[in-house]
Formats: sequence, structure tokens, C-alpha cells
Amino acid sequence: MERRDFIKSAIVVVAGAAVPMSALELMNPRDVLAANPNLKWAFLVDTTKCVGCGMCVKACKTENDIPWTANVSRTWVERYVVTKEGKVWADCPKQARDGFTSPLLDENAAGKISVDTNDIAKGFFVPKLCNQCDNPPCAQVCPVGATYKTPDGPILVDRTWCIGCGYCIQSCPYGARFFHPVLHVADKCTWCYHRLHHGMKTACVGACPFGARQIGNLRDPNDPVTQAVLDDRIGILKPEYGTNPQAFYIGLSKEVD
Amino acid sequence: MSHVWRPLWVVIILVAGVLTFRHFYVPKDFGIQEQGYMYGFHRLGNEKDWKNFPISYKFSKDDSYCQQCHPGHVKSLLASPHAIIPCEDCHGPALNHPDNPAKLQIDKRRALCLRCHANLPYPGAGRNVVPGIDPVTHNPGQECVECHNPHNVMEGLQ
Repeated sequence: MERRDFIKSAIVVVAGAAVPMSALELMNPRDVLAANPNLKWAFLVDTTKCVGCGMCVKACKTENDIPWTANVSRTWVERYVVTKEGKVWADCPKQARDGFTSPLLDENAAGKISVDTNDIAKGFFVPKLCNQCDNPPCAQVCPVGATYKTPDGPILVDRTWCIGCGYCIQSCPYGARFFHPVLHVADKCTWCYHRLHHGMKTACVGACPFGARQIGNLRDPNDPVTQAVLDDRIGILKPEYGTNPQAFYIGLSKEVD
Repeated sequence: MSHVWRPLWVVIILVAGVLTFRHFYVPKDFGIQEQGYMYGFHRLGNEKDWKNFPISYKFSKDDSYCQQCHPGHVKSLLASPHAIIPCEDCHGPALNHPDNPAKLQIDKRRALCLRCHANLPYPGAGRNVVPGIDPVTHNPGQECVECHNPHNVMEGLQ
């Protein structure tokens, strides 16, 4: 063996021996989560279970005192109808406050669209709400410190401090914020922060007969939502924005925006 | 030097005025909290304000809250395919019932039933699993509850 080769081999052996066994061990996410006892809320929407009844929207508006007749809502349900030719129709009449009771699609100014039953390749409903992003653009752009992220996840608006400038409403890539027509401040879904605090589920989760909506604590490894987030084939909305949303979806389709 | 000091005094008084106003106007618990400057700059007391927001819906597990006084109704509902529907979806939020309101307003309108039972022909959607009717041809103008018992939906149908 050449002197040069010996030195090379020696370096490799020493470097290899210097790596501790623990560095090669794969981290178990369940153990990591269990080590942190704090609360971290996450939402799970199973779009395959949604039938578009809109009871969630009704319950949300009632629970959170959002004006019934105004075209604003903290949560809403979108209907997607894809034809066999690949044309995508989507609507959300009155934020699905009254559910979907007609096969006609409400395309606003374009009127009601009728799609032939035999042409429909697939049709489905997607419930939406605030994603309570880990990198919330809405909280970042607020010029007065009226909107903020709580330690356990949800982003809230301080109604006494909001000046109603509307920056946050524009910054949300999901359109989850709106201007409260009565209070004249920015408003958004809080994942029913008051209910969570009292050990209850959100109003929309409680109202859903089909279990399409779930809320859970990501810090609890035995929580069904945590297990779904860890093990199931889940998706998030608009990952390209880097907002790191905490609402996870089962059964997302590429048509959903 | 008085030509320098005169405008300078104006500036000093203005700045002092703004700082004094700010001292009294901005709440004491306002500032950078746990989440850092970018996402956590807020009035700490507002978290408590939101936690104290009034609750309207009970949505108790297996309708246990309603069961305390209305065991018969809950039992008949739980035996029917409508068992998955929480009481308050049709009966409205319980709030502080039975103290206030003493009586809940039941939504018996056709439109409520149609939320699930208007047939929509979407292959693969959960909606297809729910028995559906065409609201245009199926007894238009009549309330569903005139024939169907929402607590015992199979009654009289077989």
C-alpha cells in the first residue's frame, strides 16, 4: 500500500467512526410530536365525503354572527363540475349558505349554466375556510398590528385595533378574508377559537352530518387528524405560495384552485 | 441662534406630544408576543376577547345535551338514517335553551331537506349516495314534513 492510499483510507475510516449512531437514526415524527405537549390546531377536510348541503356555512354564520344576507362568509363550499371534454365549471352561490339544490351552475353575470348529465365526467364539492397558515401573509402586511397568529395556530383580528385598510384581504391567496359589513373591520375564520378554548369542535365541524370536516391537535399523536396528516394522502391548497397552510385536504383534484 | 431654536422647539413639542399621546393610547399589553415581530405583533388581551366570544351551538357528542330532556326524540332519531344529523342543524342553535330561548324555532322548510335530497347527478360524489328527488317534479310546493317524518324517515315508506 502506498503511503498516499494509506492516508486516504485512514481519513475515511476516522470520518466514518466520528459519525455518532444517533445521526443515522431516522426521526420518528410521532415521538417528536409527543415530546411537545403544546396545542397546535390543524383542520382536515375530506372532500370525498362532502355532499354540498352547506349546513357548515349556515352554522358558521349563526355561531359567529356574520350577516346572513351579505355575500360574505368565513367558510364556504365550492362546487366543481368537469365535463368529459375537460371543461371545468365551478360555482358557489351565496357561499353555499343554502346548500346546492339545483343542477344549474350559478355563473353570476353569465347566468345559470346547465350541463348535460351525460357530459359530466365528475362533480364534487370542496369546503373551504381559513387555512391558518404558518406563514400568514395577512398577519405580515397588517400595518397596525391588528391581526396576528396565536401560539396554538389560528390567526385572529383585533376588532378594536383594525383600521379597515384592507391590506390583509388583498394579501390572502385563498380569499379567506372579507370586510365585515356591519363592524367595518377585516373579518376571517377563527376556527371558532372560542369553542376550541372551551373544549368544543368548531361550529362547521359540529354541523357536518357526513364527517367531511375535522379539527384536531397536531401535537397529539393519537389525534385522528394528526394520524391522517402523517399517514394519508393529503394535499394543501396553493402550496406554491409558501404559506404553509394548516388545513389539509383529502381528495383534492387538479381543478381545485 | 433663535432662528434655529424657534422651529426646533416646534418639532420637539410635536414629537413630545405624539409620544405622550401614544403612551396613553396604546394598551399596555400591546407589543411583540410569542410569535415574534412578523406574525405576533398585537394586543395580548385580544386573545382573551376571542376566547370569551359567546357560544351558540352545543353540538354535543351523540346529542347528549338534548337527550337529557328529550330522550324519546333523540332515541327515534338515532335509530333512523338521519342519526348522523346533529339536532341543532334543523332545530337551530340551543344557545342557553331551555332558559333562553325557552322554545327553539324548528326549520321545517322544504329548502332545508333539499340541501341533501335534491338529486345532483355527479358520478363519484357523496351526494349520489344520499337518496335524492327532483324538486321540480316531486310534489312541488308541498313541505316534505307533510308526508315524511324527519325523525323516523323510513316510516310509511315501506
